[in-house]
Amino acid sequence: KYLFSINSALGDQAYVWNENEMFLFRATLAFAMRTYSDGQEYDVANVVVCDETPRVSFWFVVTSPLDASLLVDKRRVEEAVRKSRSRINSAFLLTDDTLEFIGIPPTLEAPVAPDTPPWLIAFGVVMGGVGAGIVVLLVSSVKRDGEEETGGKTENEAASDAIYNMSFSDDEPVTQM
Amino acid sequence: LPKPQGPKWDNKVQYMLTCIGFAVGLGNVWRFPYLCQIYGGGAFLIPYGIAFVFEGLPLLHMELAIGQRLRMGSVGVWNSISPYLGGVASMLVSFLVGLFYNMLLAWILWYFFHSFQSPLPWRDCPLNLNRTGYVSECEKSSPVNYFWYRETLNITPNIETSGPVQWWLVLCLASAWGLVYICFIRGIETIGKAIYVTATFPYLVLTIFLVRSLTLAGATDGLIYLFTPNWETLKNPNVWLDAATQIFFSLSLAFGGLIAFSSYNVQKNNCERDALIVGCVNSFTSIYASIPIFAILGFKANENYNNCQNWNILRLTNSFNIGDENITVENYDVWFNYLNATDPSEVKSLDLKTCNLQTFLDQSVSGTGLAFIVFTEAVINMPGAQVWAVLFFVMLFSLGLSSMFGNLEGVLTPLLDLHIIPSWIPKEIFTGLMCLSSFTVGLLFTLGSGNYWLEIFNSYVGSMPLLIIAFFEIISVVYIYGIDRFNDDIEWMTGRRPNIYWQATWRFISPLMLLVVFVAYVVIEAEKRPTYNTWNPDYVHFPLADVQHYPEWVYVICVLLSVLPVVSIPLVALYKFMGFLNKYIMKRHNPNPYGNELCHGEF
Repeated sequence: KYLFSINSALGDQAYVWNENEMFLFRATLAFAMRTYSDGQEYDVANVVVCDETPRVSFWFVVTSPLDASLLVDKRRVEEAVRKSRSRINSAFLLTDDTLEFIGIPPTLEAPVAPDTPPWLIAFGVVMGGVGAGIVVLLVSSVKRDGEEETGGKTENEAASDAIYNMSFSDDEPVTQM
Repeated sequence: LPKPQGPKWDNKVQYMLTCIGFAVGLGNVWRFPYLCQIYGGGAFLIPYGIAFVFEGLPLLHMELAIGQRLRMGSVGVWNSISPYLGGVASMLVSFLVGLFYNMLLAWILWYFFHSFQSPLPWRDCPLNLNRTGYVSECEKSSPVNYFWYRETLNITPNIETSGPVQWWLVLCLASAWGLVYICFIRGIETIGKAIYVTATFPYLVLTIFLVRSLTLAGATDGLIYLFTPNWETLKNPNVWLDAATQIFFSLSLAFGGLIAFSSYNVQKNNCERDALIVGCVNSFTSIYASIPIFAILGFKANENYNNCQNWNILRLTNSFNIGDENITVENYDVWFNYLNATDPSEVKSLDLKTCNLQTFLDQSVSGTGLAFIVFTEAVINMPGAQVWAVLFFVMLFSLGLSSMFGNLEGVLTPLLDLHIIPSWIPKEIFTGLMCLSSFTVGLLFTLGSGNYWLEIFNSYVGSMPLLIIAFFEIISVVYIYGIDRFNDDIEWMTGRRPNIYWQATWRFISPLMLLVVFVAYVVIEAEKRPTYNTWNPDYVHFPLADVQHYPEWVYVICVLLSVLPVVSIPLVALYKFMGFLNKYIMKRHNPNPYGNELCHGEF
């Protein structure tokens, strides 16, 4: 069974479903059977449609080109349709969502998987920057300590041993707030 | 020893930004809006305002003043106030909170790294093995849920199952600690530079989101829902309790971080005005952040509502073979009644959903659920999704980073003051060791059960111990250090004696409020046996959370986490008292008129 949702897919550019569209459908199905099934010469007449509704949904069966009373096995039809879904969809300017075939779930495309997950690239960039920054800061502080060593290191040591008397704490040189 | 010289703030702006950055954190964005939502919208602002005026501001002013006056971190402050108070409690709490807080930053980084893809990875479910459909766990819940619980956390069904260490989370945790280290490497020297960006950037992003979100469809629904006051909720005592705890944690009191920051100030600084500024900016940020959050939640609820209705319409259309687009949202009810009258059994078999916008708006989430599930889902539907996702996660990272500075300073400054660190270790190496050890312990949160452990830390470390510490803080400053001495100090520092508001709140109102809140908290928590929500794909009612009880050994750990930080207060008091007794007894037996009495009382 096929379900067409033309209006919701195309909106203003929707086409009206009529006999010609049905003919196109039968032709595409015959094409699918020819290409992906056993290679026999299926024709439009081999695709029989019934129970059409204004919803634009209908049932169809495929008869064998050799014997009109013989129905092609459902599984073979399903397989042919599954393999040519994209062609059928694009013939009607629709997608898997708007052109539904009850009983055949669409073979979903494998998502494109890049070799390196993109998140690792972003991670690498961030970590690279962090690593470089840490190295720069450490090197600059080593250089700064090297300069201070020759300078007034002893003064600080003496200050930390002494007991700090808080009553004179207001006369320290500090930046103005 | 207080700091005679050494590191200090380059200018006042740095100091203010650092305090604001510490106070304004992730909770302002993902906890306050949630509380507003569940506690009756605009009505919640009343208990919140009362808690702010009578509990938040006084404690904030006190912490800033005492740190500035005594010019030492929390350990030094407590020792100066009285030799019997340890001050180690704040340090322990800061360390434990820093452990799990950085895991949040690691998760934020993970989402940030993944925001550079098109389409966003949490938009679609992955395919199952034979590519006929989607992974069932994802189909039953939703792509955003699956991305969070399975691809990010790889969560186990319960806390007893630990699962392996997830290597991708280890990488993210390492980068989070790396970023923290690079800002924290020289203490406030580097923090002061980094804070210009990390404290101001969130406001920029919030404004961008505010403008963008107000143009989204459904934004007004969300905002009306948020701000419509429901006065009935004020009768619920839980509202007042949550308002009091929210203002308390929001201002990051009792961590020792604020004391540490203000200790690097000059003494002649107007700490009263600083406290008012920091407090008001923090509350303003909470309210300012809830506007775009709720506009976006309203947009998301609207989307869900529309999808729900369209799904119903499609079901009816397909089942009854009605022409495409004959049933619309507007005439849905007419069609539904008609079809139900003609063929009720068929309609019933379709299992149509009841679509109610209110239900979608009622889905309230806070915390990681808000950021990583609800918000990511909303962002998918916004044009230019990658840009919004990147902006949002960088904002969250900034907010968390500036709060981490306070946590780490709350550990570093006391250690420096205690002179535990030998002077030959340069500060850069020591901060590196701090970050490394925190990272190692934090690997606990990268396990499969890591999220459950984080919830435990969040609930038990980041709540009760802080209330106890704050209570002891205010009692010791007011009654042991002496409120008169404190008033004199503030008059000397700011030039004005604190007025009647500060006196009343410091002496009676705030300690009383803290005590009431603490008792109410304990009573409510002790009443119910604690449970937690698990994500269990094999659960019968999946995707609903499978609620489990904590096993006994986990419960013991929870209690330990709550008690251990604060047990240091009586323990250290006991230890010092023993020392004092010892000296007293020795002096009585062996009086030495030339005894050196300078040894006790200064640490």
